[in-house]
Parts: sequence; C-alpha cells; structure tokens
Amino acid sequence: MDIKKILINLSEASGVSGYEHNVADYLEQNCPWADEIRRDKLGNLIMLKKATRNTGAVNPKVMLAAHMDEIGLIVTKIEKEGFLRFSTIGGIDQRVLLAQEVVVHGKQNLLGVIGAEPPHSQTADAQSRAVKMEDLYIDIGFDNAEQVQELVSVGDLVTINQSVVQLQGSMLAGKAMDDRACVAIMLECFKELQNLTHAVDVYAVATVQEEVGVRGATTSTYGITPDIGIAIDVGHGDMPGVPEYQTIKIGNGPGIALGPHVHPKIYERFVSTAKEWNISYSLEPATRPGGTDAFAIQITQDGIPTALLSLPLRYMHTPVETLDYQDIQKTARLLAKFISEIDQEFVEGLMCF
Amino acid sequence: MLLKRLSEACGGPGQEDEVRNLIRDEVTPLVDEISTDALGNLITLRRGNQEGPRVMIAAHMDEVALMIMAIESSGLLKFNPIGGIDPRVLVAKTVVIGKNRVPGVIGSKPIHLQRPEEREKAISINEMFIDIGVSIKSEAEKLVKIGDLAYFSTKFAEIGNDKFKGKAFDDRVGCSLLIDLLHDRYDFPLYGVFTVQEEVGLRGAGVAAHRIQPDIALVLEGTTASDVPETPEHKHATSVGKGPCITIMDSSVIPDPRLVATLLQIASENEIPVQIRRNTAGGTDAGKIQSSRSGVRVATISIPCRYIHSPVAVMSKADYDNALKLVKAFLHCVEKGEI
Repeated sequence: MDIKKILINLSEASGVSGYEHNVADYLEQNCPWADEIRRDKLGNLIMLKKATRNTGAVNPKVMLAAHMDEIGLIVTKIEKEGFLRFSTIGGIDQRVLLAQEVVVHGKQNLLGVIGAEPPHSQTADAQSRAVKMEDLYIDIGFDNAEQVQELVSVGDLVTINQSVVQLQGSMLAGKAMDDRACVAIMLECFKELQNLTHAVDVYAVATVQEEVGVRGATTSTYGITPDIGIAIDVGHGDMPGVPEYQTIKIGNGPGIALGPHVHPKIYERFVSTAKEWNISYSLEPATRPGGTDAFAIQITQDGIPTALLSLPLRYMHTPVETLDYQDIQKTARLLAKFISEIDQEFVEGLMCF
Repeated sequence: MLLKRLSEACGGPGQEDEVRNLIRDEVTPLVDEISTDALGNLITLRRGNQEGPRVMIAAHMDEVALMIMAIESSGLLKFNPIGGIDPRVLVAKTVVIGKNRVPGVIGSKPIHLQRPEEREKAISINEMFIDIGVSIKSEAEKLVKIGDLAYFSTKFAEIGNDKFKGKAFDDRVGCSLLIDLLHDRYDFPLYGVFTVQEEVGLRGAGVAAHRIQPDIALVLEGTTASDVPETPEHKHATSVGKGPCITIMDSSVIPDPRLVATLLQIASENEIPVQIRRNTAGGTDAGKIQSSRSGVRVATISIPCRYIHSPVAVMSKADYDNALKLVKAFLHCVEKGEI
C-alpha cells in the first residue's frame, strides 16, 4: 500500500477541528496493519497493533499521537449581496487568506474565493497594510443572500481548496500536512513494524481538536493510559526570514524534542537509537511545553512519560505547507526501531529518577 | 470548453507561445489568412465581399505573471511581477514555472514565529521567494532559467449561479469572445488580432494596427469589478452579471463617442444589458490603436472580473453571452453601413 498516496488523500480530505470524521473514515479503511481500530467519544481514531513478542505478563502500552484536525474557517454572516463573512478555527495569518480558494461545506460543497476590496480603490497607505480578516469575505458566485441561504448557513465550515503539489524529488506541498503528514508517519511506522518484532502494544491515535487546545489527546490518553506517550507533530523547517535556531532542517530526518515536556530517558533512547541505526536527526530544544499533543499526554492521570518527534515542515499553517517525504520515512523508521527495542524493563526505569 | 482551456494555458508578456499556439489551432480553419508579426501578434483575416470598412477586433493573449530574476544558493527563486500584481495576493500560493511547468510554492513565515505587528503589514516582493523543493542552486538551474515566467496554477471551474472562477480572464475572456466571433462571416474584411504584451504597456496592439490600417477597431477585454463589500457603490467600477461594460474614458483612451453611442443604442434596441465602466483608471490596447497612423475610431467592450490580476478571478457567463450578442449586433450594423 502506497502511504504517500494515502497522505495525499489525507491532505486533501476536509476535517476542521471538531469535524474530523471524514478523515477518520478514510483512515479506518486504509490502515490494514492494525489489529483493532476503534473511536472514542470525541472522535479520536485509535489503531492498535498488538505486541508480536512476549516478554512478560502484561504488554507495556506505547501510544503514538498525531492529530488529524486542520485549521479552517467558519461562516459567521451571509451578506445581502451573497458574500460570506467568516471567522477562523485555529491560528491563521490573515495575510495568507487573500485570493485563496476555499470549499464551503454547506448543504453541498461549494467552491469559493476569498476576496477583498481591490487595490485600485485603496489608498497607497492601505495597500502597504495587510488586509484585515474582518475585511475579507468568501465569494461563492451567487447574486444575493436568498440564493445563498438555500445552501449555506451561519456555522458552516470552510476548508482551503488546495490539492497536493509534488515538488522536486520527494518534496510535497499542501494544506493540513500539519499534522496529517505525521498520521502518515504512524502508518509508515506500523508498516515498518511488520518486519520487526515488538514487545509492546502500539496504539496509534489520530487525535482530534489539537488546533483548538490539544483536546483529543487529553481524552484518548486517559482512555488508553499508556506507559509511554509519543506525540508526533510538525516542527518549523528551515526557511529564509526565520533564524536558524528556530528551525529544524528539511531532509535531515526528525527533530527530537527535549525540554521539560519530554522524559529525559526517552529522549536519550531516541538519540541513541538514531545513532545506532544511522538515522539523521535534528535536536529541537524548547523551554516550555508547547502546543502539541505532548502537552496533554504528559499530565494525564498520574502522569505519562512522554516524548515528541517533529517532522520538519515549511510555511506552517498556510495552504502550502511543504515537507520532504523522506523525513516521514526517517521518522517512521526511528519510531519503529525505538518501539521494537524497548521492553518492560525500560518502561519500569522511566519511574526512577 | 474553450474559455477553460484558454484560462488554464500559460502566457505572459513576451512569452505568449502556448496561448498563441492554442488560438492558432482553433482559428486556422475559420479564417482566410493568418500570420504573425515581428512582436508575435497573431493576425487573422476573414474576408468579406466588400473591400471595406476594415474592422479590427483585438484581444490580448498575455497575462500577468512572475519573472524569475535570480536563483539563490539555497535553490530558492527570487521574482518580480511582470504586469501589475498586488504583492498581497501572492502569499501562500502555488505556481508553475516555464514551459515545463515546474511546480513551486510561494511560502510565508509561519504565524507562530511572527510578532503580532508583523501580521498587520503587507509582505513585500523582496521578502518573497518560490520554493520548488530543491536545496541547492545547481539543482534549480537544471529546471528553471533566469527570465522564465511563473504562473498561478489555478484551475477553471463553474461556481455559484452561472459564474466562472479561474486565472487570466484578463484577457483570455477577450480571446475566447474573438474566437467565437470568427465563426461568422461578414460583408467586410474582419481582422481578428490576438495581441502580445498588453500588460507591459499595450506594446503589441500599436504595431498590429499600423500594419492592418483599420477603419474601425473594437477591443475586447476583461476589466476590474469591485462590486464587493467594503467598497462604496460609486467605486464599484463595474458589476459582475450586469452586462458587458462600455468605456467612456480610461487612462489610455477616450473611445470614439459615436461608436459608444451606437453600441448603447444597439444594446437598448436588442435588450442586451450593458453598463458604463465607472472608472477612468487603467488602459487597454484601444489607446495604441486609436493613435495609430492618422487615427482610428475605437471602442472598448469589457467583461467585469472580480479579483482581476490575482490567482483567481470571478466572472459571469451571462456577461460573456451578452458581450457576444452585442458585438455581433454591432458588426451587423457595420455590414448595413449604419456605422
């Protein structure tokens, strides 16, 4: 099964925070490597791959978490001329929205364009400023509010209309790569584990509602109560205009996070595993627990030993999030090697400081 | 669909080849003569039984685009707009570069790494680049040349209530209308001219008019529509769906008042909705044609397009159909000697 193709379909699927069911449905049908697949009450999709090697009475549980929700827009008003006003779900730079194409998920899916007052009727001063979110609107090509109201209601969701672009080599660009590219990492990891043995049960969770406050990770971790939690999310890839120390290098494999949100022994194990198997990586230090599922996993119940791997991604939270598919494969390989090499003893050691 | 193919074809000023080839294939069976000139204008003639009047209809083939100015050591491409593009519409868009359509993206700094005040400021062209997914200059040089043009990779589609969305409606909508018009034969010689380099100063139309020496010329265009929220009605310029636009004056031309009056009268008699273009900015090929040799009577008819010169514009099918009716009715009047 070509997981790159699955990723392209995942990227192009619509699933704004809270409404991830389309993505979950697709995933459920495209994960033949799992022994069990279930959903919890918030909609997290939990794909379980049971241990293939037995070392004790109870198999330790490792949870992987990558979120499947995407940032998007929500209709707030239908103007009398038929244009739609909107607000955002998740963090979006207002400057990426102008002249962007969208899909309005009304009674049917409607193609639209984000417009604003044209530059020629603006002053030079206004042209030097970004168009404010509240001055943007969605044009779906109808002539008045009456026509629109038959198809669109306030509260309808809107996603960016962007198909995946295959750039040179193994580079891909598209929307919602944050964080469906990391969902693809979980699938690649499962596939890799087919060729290895592992003494732990692996719960790969495609989480919901990360972008609005890591909510899916909170409930799914509670439900699974893993011995180890590993969040996989995107990290800022190197690009002009951003200081190098704030980024990880595209093509160089995963960023291995370190800082208060990461259990030091898991971090060390990831680094040594990467070295052992010659998998390139970057270090991603953070001074604070950041906005990833790791934030929630770590403080669930009695506390969970947690780690975070980051996939380098350029232009995060834009319709052209850009990544190197090789980084997905490298991250999956590191995860699979890590999973196949840990055991009950390693898990017990995580409590000993 | 012809307009879809024209919209999705790529051709910027001076590099109109793909569009010209598409049009040439389309019109060769329709016309009696077809040729190109020194600048690349595609000039066609449909003869009539009479020698005159010589009528020229022009539409420009070129679209606004981005010219690759430099390839950086990182493999990223620096560019400048060719033709008027508001830099703000370029952020986070996909493009294709050159004849081989090398795909690329115009990235922007993630919101997470911005200071709040940055988000209020428009991003300038100097800060932008195209990322084609290579990491060194030598890799990029195998795929892209300095001077190549990058185009928006927008797909054409029907949306809403009989509207089209797509790129380059300025002026592929004019090209499409002109091709449709060349299906009919009139009593007089009809020159259908697909011009080059309109977007960089109306440079193709002048030399074409000099060669053809028309008595009357019509220019078919896509023009700006601002019938959107936030824009007061007096600044709408044109409105989508309210009919083709007739120009009284723009920065390049004051069209022949008798032709304007005739067009308005024809519209009224045939119950074709039309609107006066309510803006005097912008220029069209009509400016160069009017002042060719000892002068030519010209008029401009245009289709309103929202978000013109951006990756995706919106126009109305009804406006297109009404423009076609209007021009055909006008040409019949010319045939009857009423002009």
